[in-house]
Amino acid sequence: MKKTLTCIECPIGCTIEVEFEGEQVLSVKGNACLRGKAYASSEVVCPKRVLTSTVRAENGGLVPVKTSEPIPKDQLFAVMEKINAVVCKLPVKIGDVIVENICDGADLIATNSEE
Amino acid sequence: MKKSYDIIIIGGGPAGLAAAVSAYDNGVKDVLVIERDVRLGGILNQCIHNGFGLTRFKESLSGPEYAARFIEEVRARNIEVWTGTTVLSLTKDKQVTVIDPVHGMLVLQAKAVILAMGCRERSRGALNVAGSRPAGIYSAGTAQKYVNIKGFLPGKRVVILGSGDIGLIMARRMTLEGAKVLAVCEIMPYSSGLKRNIAQCLDDFDIPLYLNHTITKIEGEKRVTGVVVSKVDENRQPIAGTEMHFDCDTVLFSVGLIPENELTKEAEVPLSPKTRGAVVYQNRETLVDGIFACGNVLQVHDLVDFVSEEAEVAGRYASKYVLEGKSSACAIDVSAGENVSYALPQKIDKNISGNVKLFFRVTNTFRNCTIKVTSGDRVLLSRKKQICVPGEMETLLLAEQKLQEIDGNIVVSLENEVNV
Repeated sequence: MKKTLTCIECPIGCTIEVEFEGEQVLSVKGNACLRGKAYASSEVVCPKRVLTSTVRAENGGLVPVKTSEPIPKDQLFAVMEKINAVVCKLPVKIGDVIVENICDGADLIATNSEE
Repeated sequence: MKKSYDIIIIGGGPAGLAAAVSAYDNGVKDVLVIERDVRLGGILNQCIHNGFGLTRFKESLSGPEYAARFIEEVRARNIEVWTGTTVLSLTKDKQVTVIDPVHGMLVLQAKAVILAMGCRERSRGALNVAGSRPAGIYSAGTAQKYVNIKGFLPGKRVVILGSGDIGLIMARRMTLEGAKVLAVCEIMPYSSGLKRNIAQCLDDFDIPLYLNHTITKIEGEKRVTGVVVSKVDENRQPIAGTEMHFDCDTVLFSVGLIPENELTKEAEVPLSPKTRGAVVYQNRETLVDGIFACGNVLQVHDLVDFVSEEAEVAGRYASKYVLEGKSSACAIDVSAGENVSYALPQKIDKNISGNVKLFFRVTNTFRNCTIKVTSGDRVLLSRKKQICVPGEMETLLLAEQKLQEIDGNIVVSLENEVNV
């Protein structure tokens, strides 16, 4: 099977053609770099995204967060539900783990420091 | 109380932070950064999505993470920072009037000033969209602040006008938080946003993008109840009979950014009507001695990485100006020729050593075209491009040696074979 994708790894946004058979990637064309190849190979098998959002802090404010790794795209809304149930203790430092293994081995980590 | 500084930087976002570090590292240690918000980082604080810093740090950072890298650099140096401080006025003699609860109102004197105020969003008023004025109409950036900083969702059924990156990012963000984004309408035949944002913000969530469409009416009295969307012709005029109706409670505008140059005008700094930012030399000095400009207050950049790079240039030369006291003098004017909407810097001082990076945007989508930099009949640079789009800033490096060889002015133009 052939699929045409827009790479999301960087602002260039290469148009990539992937040929694959089931879970076996046969060829990747149009990518300007190796990140694109990795993205396209994963995208036709199991699309993944880094999820960014915010969690409520105990003082009522918000702490921005992201998943430490890309997570399966079909899990985004399920993970959003988990994220929106979190109340995080303060202070937090950038990079602190807010929820361990929130999905598929990825942690939820703080992307800013809050007092 | 200290009332004079070697360099005062107005704005503590990505441009101001990078300019401060660069000015300091190039020899001027008496630097003050003035930020009106309560924290440093500017708009990056509400840009919680990732994708920042790939050019500069070779990794994908969220906005706050990108800002934190520079805030740490500022904190590691003896750079003074005032937050929660508003600059009320600026004079061409570099007097900066500020106000805040700590200092009250006071007048500061700088030897050099770096303008780093960023930009703001074009509003509904600028587009004259018909309809009443109900609640539920926001700029995309305002909605972003509500969702990411204040923590509430400004609406449940959303139509977005304009396909700029902030609008695309907000389409995804509001969808993830439980809203239904019904449509993104773009009056142009192409999106002004990045391709990857079309893919990961719209396609991922099956949000339709209507190119050549615009909102022709907003309905609702107290609250938005719906919008009418119409197709437009090649002159961007709505076509009768193409109206579609959407029931929605919220409309977001993502229709462009305008450099915020009120202070610049007060200081009598000449502006370019094309960029709506200051006219500058390649060292980012404006036509007023010792006042520099960088980042989105100068020209709206596509990526924050390029804002940082430009701010470092401004910081370095502001430092040089303080140490050597010499201002730029014009030898060459740079202008935008055929199919180019603007080129920057607008002026090149031949006495400033080094190659000159030219930034410009094209007026339309062009395929298999040639970009030319000419001076009179002489072609200084010629580069073939497979594709040029208005949404992506183009750059060319002009070698110092080439500049020494010419006397006349420079024109940047695009020769086009096929216009698609």
